[in-house]
Amino acid sequence: MIPASFDYLRPSTLDEALTMLAEAGEDAKVLAGGHSLLPLLRLRLAYPAALVDVGRVAELRGVADRGDHVYIGATTTHDEVVHSPIVKEHCPLVALATATVADPAVRHRGTFGGSLAHADPAGDLPSVAVALDMEFVVHSPTGRRTVPASGFFLDYLESALEPGEILAGVRVPKLGPGWGFHYEKFHRTAQAWATVGVAVAVRRSNGTVEEARVGLTNMGPIPVRASGVEEAVRGAEAGESLREAAGRADEGTDPPADLHAQPDYRRHLARVLTHRALLSAAAHPTG
Amino acid sequence: MTEQIKEREALGGAEVGRARRRKEDARLITGRTQWTDNIQLPGMLHVAFLRSPMAHARITRVDASGALARPGVVAAFSGADLAGEQGSLPCAWPVTEDIVIPDHPPMAVDEVRYVGEAVACVVAIDRYAAADALEAVEIDYEPLDPVLDMTEALKEGSPKVHEAGNKSFTWKFAEGDIDAAFRDAPVVIDRTYVQQRLIPSAMEPRAVVAQTDGDQFTLHSSTQIPHILRVMLALTTGIPEHKLRVIAPDVGGGFGSKLQVTAEEVLCLLLTRRMGKPVKWTESRSEGNLTVHHGRDQLQHIRLAAESDGRVRAVQVDLLADMGAYLMLVTPGIPLLGAFMYSGIYKMDAYDFTCTGVFTTKMPTDAYRGAGRPEATYAIERVMDELAAEIGVDPMEVRRRNWIEHSEFPYTTICNLTYDSGNYEAATERALALFGYDKLRAEQADRRERRDPVQLGIGISTYTEMCGLAPSRVLGSLSYGAGGWEHADVRMLPTGKVEVVTGTSPHGQGHETAWSQIVADSLGVPYEDVAVLHGDTATSHKGMDTYGSRSLAVGGIAVVRACDKVKEKARHVAAHLLEASPDDVEFSEGRFQVRGTGASRTIQEIALATFAAHDLPDGFEPRLDASATFDPDSFSFPHGTHLCAVEVDTETGATAIRSYVAVDDVGAVVNPLIVEGQVHGGIAQGIAQALFEEAVYDVDGNLLTTTMADYLLPSAADLPSFVTDRTETPATTNPLGVKGVGEAGTIASTPAVVNAIVDALRPYGVHDVRMPCTPERVWRTLRSREEESA
Ligand SMILES: Cc1cc2nc3c(=O)[nH]c(=O)nc-3n(C[C@H](O)[C@H](O)[C@H](O)COP(=O)(O)OP(=O)(O)OC[C@H]3O[C@@H](n4cnc5c(N)ncnc54)[C@H](O)[C@@H]3O)c2cc1C
Repeated sequence: MIPASFDYLRPSTLDEALTMLAEAGEDAKVLAGGHSLLPLLRLRLAYPAALVDVGRVAELRGVADRGDHVYIGATTTHDEVVHSPIVKEHCPLVALATATVADPAVRHRGTFGGSLAHADPAGDLPSVAVALDMEFVVHSPTGRRTVPASGFFLDYLESALEPGEILAGVRVPKLGPGWGFHYEKFHRTAQAWATVGVAVAVRRSNGTVEEARVGLTNMGPIPVRASGVEEAVRGAEAGESLREAAGRADEGTDPPADLHAQPDYRRHLARVLTHRALLSAAAHPTG
Repeated sequence: MTEQIKEREALGGAEVGRARRRKEDARLITGRTQWTDNIQLPGMLHVAFLRSPMAHARITRVDASGALARPGVVAAFSGADLAGEQGSLPCAWPVTEDIVIPDHPPMAVDEVRYVGEAVACVVAIDRYAAADALEAVEIDYEPLDPVLDMTEALKEGSPKVHEAGNKSFTWKFAEGDIDAAFRDAPVVIDRTYVQQRLIPSAMEPRAVVAQTDGDQFTLHSSTQIPHILRVMLALTTGIPEHKLRVIAPDVGGGFGSKLQVTAEEVLCLLLTRRMGKPVKWTESRSEGNLTVHHGRDQLQHIRLAAESDGRVRAVQVDLLADMGAYLMLVTPGIPLLGAFMYSGIYKMDAYDFTCTGVFTTKMPTDAYRGAGRPEATYAIERVMDELAAEIGVDPMEVRRRNWIEHSEFPYTTICNLTYDSGNYEAATERALALFGYDKLRAEQADRRERRDPVQLGIGISTYTEMCGLAPSRVLGSLSYGAGGWEHADVRMLPTGKVEVVTGTSPHGQGHETAWSQIVADSLGVPYEDVAVLHGDTATSHKGMDTYGSRSLAVGGIAVVRACDKVKEKARHVAAHLLEASPDDVEFSEGRFQVRGTGASRTIQEIALATFAAHDLPDGFEPRLDASATFDPDSFSFPHGTHLCAVEVDTETGATAIRSYVAVDDVGAVVNPLIVEGQVHGGIAQGIAQALFEEAVYDVDGNLLTTTMADYLLPSAADLPSFVTDRTETPATTNPLGVKGVGEAGTIASTPAVVNAIVDALRPYGVHDVRMPCTPERVWRTLRSREEESA
């Protein structure tokens, strides 16, 4: 399909990008890897007047160890995230989930920030963001603000980013020692988005689960925490009680109906997959 | 048979049978070639089609004037504008005398009957301007009721797709006493299977470039059938056949979807005629999903009568075939290609087949890889498994009790086809050994015992198929509009190189390589010295093109025959030059030699001599070349045994293919690498039907699967490593002993996979899962069984 015409702008600094975005007005969009935006343009589901391509803005790219957190620049590609030693060491859940995104071609173009800014609940990273309580660093011509993951995803494909704002990067808190991680993705083909996904971080000590963080992919218009499960596993033995806890995975969710699954099946999957993810995470504590 | 093999050996040489890499691949893979969309002509205009958003509606007003005001737009037309000249798209297979073939305007004039039907077009200076201007065309529709379900469509009072009603035809075939066979039959299996609608997804989308100098017309199209297309377009557009040249440049796949005379081809010709400038149209993937003719979509009711030991008495089939909104080139014939295949490799006393073609407000269906035979093979192979389960016998054993034994060939089946050769025992034995059948059965028993949430299933498909779509006389008896012969010219150039012109039209099959191998052996020339020309009606004046796994079994034989003629001519020249009797001249490895002497000439020397023509036998026409047209006596019948092991996760419903073994018998093999490629791709496509692909229309008749995010195609990551092997039982009906391999994998694999899934779930009371067997469907099937037994 062929997109409608648009202006194309390519800034080389963040300030320049913000200025261009402001000048281009309401109908301008930020272009990162283009792997979510371009399909929308080609299907004529989006008609931006201008695209501001932030792909050459060096300060938006890269991973840094910042003591209590890892900072991931918005335009860092999925592939760079997967292969970053810092990410692997301090927030392995991010690497595990990112490795399941599509295929190598997509991972070399698609970006960490683009995936989050796109706010697709079927994307693999938003649920990880809420599970790990990431913080979003957002720039605008008037300054900088941070938004917690819990406040970033507002609705289906709608984030807290205002027109004119650019997501510069994301802070991923380090959880410290004793945690195990797993991302369980259920999809119909290797390149397909998750029918349902479950991101889990579990802290174990002396055979019981002290604490768990569970994020759900594609179980509603926004990524959600399975708080019922988190509550139920606290202090549970890492055995049959995990299955029971996982039985609460779909509490409070509002899963979509589409060609790949009806809501009742998604609810069922969420329960089964959460159990599997808890088992895996509890079996492999790191650090 | 021995005679045939002798003739094959007479080809001598080391090329046939060699796993050559394909000579066409470098340019195809790098894209450094003339794909139709790569063609740029001076002054070329671009066409975009506005397509109906309604499944069924009356067009009450079209106003394209808004588009004309858009930048870059040169012209815009509605169906009404072209009504006087656009004619009706052809259907070349009127299967019965009373078949209803509705008028099929390339662009809808007053009624639309499926979402995606062209209703207007814009011609502009580039693709973007054309696409943008579509938004300015105004069309008013008055909605009519969609017709989406075949069974409902046939009921009294259903909304009608066409004035004449929703039934196109009913076609019947019967042999033997079906009533007697079912009367008192100890075992009767009665099943209904859904062959879901599929969307052929060639890698290269369709593209058309049409041009004219005011007198001559040239149409470039990404088509499988340049020759047939030329005839049909001449008949449809009124452009005289001798003024129309059709070129299929390199074509990136078709799977049957480019065996068609499309609305876009006709309209581009009309537009270039009107405007006097070259025009181009290239579809987008989403446009393609809507408007490439779809495949399968049949509702199969199959009944099987058997003795209590599992010997089959009879099969009865009642089929509804969804034609979609119109009959396209061979739409109604597709189920007939399966009609003779429901007996599979099995012996029986009676067979009864009825097929009704039904109109719905959906994209028309037509040929898709296998065309009719995958449907038939699926039904019989599924039912053989059901029979085995019913009588408690291993499904392979049930097949053994029924199949035609090697010693019984040639064998005339209940469908009146004479299978010339086959060895089901050999292929099966090899497959079982490669698969480790007994070991897997033991593991299955263990998992069942343990109530393992992941169950193992084993699926069998002992298939055969008919291909080499051929004898013209038989095609005629089935009312098909064209013949089944194929043509080749072989010419030796003065420098000793060889040009082969083939009437086949490869679109990924590797004919340039395979034909070169055949010619190299036959004429004793180096493989590198052979060029193969195809796909252009100006250079290839006779041909029937490529579909139905016919190219090697029919077109390859034409090449062999033309080579034989060339050699015979050359022998006379050699004898003349060597002052010997032609009878004393022997040919071997490219050299003519007088028996018992050392005197000889190479075939290249003879070629040069016929060019100079200074000293030729009396009456010899200069140049060393010959043509041959081959019309075989019969179809060919590849067969094989495919075995599939799946693991089904009963908690999520997900199926994972654990191992897949294919032992195919496609007769003699010209190039094992090409055969392997066809088998791999074929199996992948068959697995895709079993597990992934389905074209879905909603209740209003909108296609929901318009992108690859919704219409799921598996990639290599979703498929296991196939274990493939071959047995070689040469066909006796052609001198190469070849059968055809283009569709075998697709035909075989779908039932192997579904049989495996059902086998895994039989302990849960499951005896069918509708295709595609998605995790959700498997899960729901299991759940409904649980609820039933609770
Ligand atoms: C075939 C295919 C399969 C895929 N499969 C998966 C999958 O399995 N899982 C998955 O999670 N994703 C999948 N994706 C999506 C992929 O991860 C995308 O790369 C990602 O969703 C968007 O990242 P992007 O860099 O391409 O963003 P773009 O497409 O460039 O932008 C997406 C949106 O975010 C906005 N945006 C981007 N960057 C910024 C920024 N820095 N500041 C403000 N706004 C910004 C854009 O304006 C736009 O609205 C798939 C994509 C494709 C094409």
